[in-house]
Amino acid sequence: MLLGRSGSGKTTALRLVNRMLSPASGRILLDGRDIQTLDPIPLRRRIGYVIQEVGLLPHWTVSQNAGLVPTLESWPLDRKAARVSELLEQVGLPQAMFGERYPYELSGGQRQRVGVARALANESKLLLFDEPFGALDPITRHEMQQQFLALRSRYNIASLFVTHDVAEALALGTRVGLLENGRLEKLATPEEFRQTTLPSARRFLDTLPTLPARNQ
Amino acid sequence: MIWRSLLHEVLSLTLEHLYLVGIAAFFAVALGVGFGILGTRRPGLRRVSLAVANVLQTIPSLALFGFLIPIPFIGGIGQHTAILALVLYAILPVLRNTIVGIMGVDAPVREAAIAMGMTDTQLLRYVELPLAAPTILAGIRIAVVATIGTATIAAVIGGGGLGVLIFRGVASVDVVSILAGAIPAALLALLADAGLGMLEHASKHR
Repeated sequence: MLLGRSGSGKTTALRLVNRMLSPASGRILLDGRDIQTLDPIPLRRRIGYVIQEVGLLPHWTVSQNAGLVPTLESWPLDRKAARVSELLEQVGLPQAMFGERYPYELSGGQRQRVGVARALANESKLLLFDEPFGALDPITRHEMQQQFLALRSRYNIASLFVTHDVAEALALGTRVGLLENGRLEKLATPEEFRQTTLPSARRFLDTLPTLPARNQ
Repeated sequence: MIWRSLLHEVLSLTLEHLYLVGIAAFFAVALGVGFGILGTRRPGLRRVSLAVANVLQTIPSLALFGFLIPIPFIGGIGQHTAILALVLYAILPVLRNTIVGIMGVDAPVREAAIAMGMTDTQLLRYVELPLAAPTILAGIRIAVVATIGTATIAAVIGGGGLGVLIFRGVASVDVVSILAGAIPAALLALLADAGLGMLEHASKHR
């Protein structure tokens, strides 16, 4: 989990990982190899990427969108079909019902489910999330967060998840990193993070609602 | 008998007109779309090609035909000079609409496509061209319809086409001859407009 305010460098950090940006200094290692030495095209196909605006291809169906990377990788058609069908099932959009629909026929939450399926399609072991659930209503967001946890344990995926919502960071993260002005101020488990006295972290923790006790 | 020979002449000049327009449109589309695509990759080329196409467009068509006559090899009298002038004229709408169409693709769609690992060619083929198709076709439609009209002027430099009848009619104050050239030219323009309009509509995605 990368937590930070707008402009703190969260998205920049994420985009460095799949070489959408190049670092001015320092190195990023993936499986022990400096990614600057790798070809960005196969690198990106191995890394899932989910953004807030989703960015589905509007002229492609749900199935085609979910199978984008297998298409780029020229998978055999039956293998691709099986993978797409499995993933759409996993994200709660059964192919029989949603497979032939176009993105404009879906709600925001459903679109992001397709975005998640697309990111998982190439059996990626690393997923990048850039405020994926930021534009969703609170109930849909909660459902998506639960699904994220389920998918993460099912497919055994590492993920780098950018958010400005401290509750989301604490609920979903195994470790929470706090970015401020491009610097990593704190890296801790959610439990440790809650206890910290670091002022920049406290400012985030203070935004957590303290629920009033129920009356009945 | 006079009507019969006039009809015959109208038909053959219409075919010649279509030939002029067809060849000119082919080259204008190839150059306009080609430079348009390259221009979306290189801002320098984009500025230069748009500037050149803009300047060409501002030259009055009659003058452009005139300018080309004294130029050796590419100029002179005849069909090839006429076609060259028509191509130069028709490039701008195709070029501009190609650039506008491709650059108008939603930023998140392009961002996601690149981040999924598309090569530049795949981005063009799967994302940019399909989504820009209606805009590019609209540019081609404008170019073709305008070229059908402009091609009538090709007759002044010996390019042939329906302009032959119009200029003959003007010179001899013969309204029938003017109409015999103008009406088929207008009909061709309307037909091309309707046909390309259908194509443009069919390429639209929601």
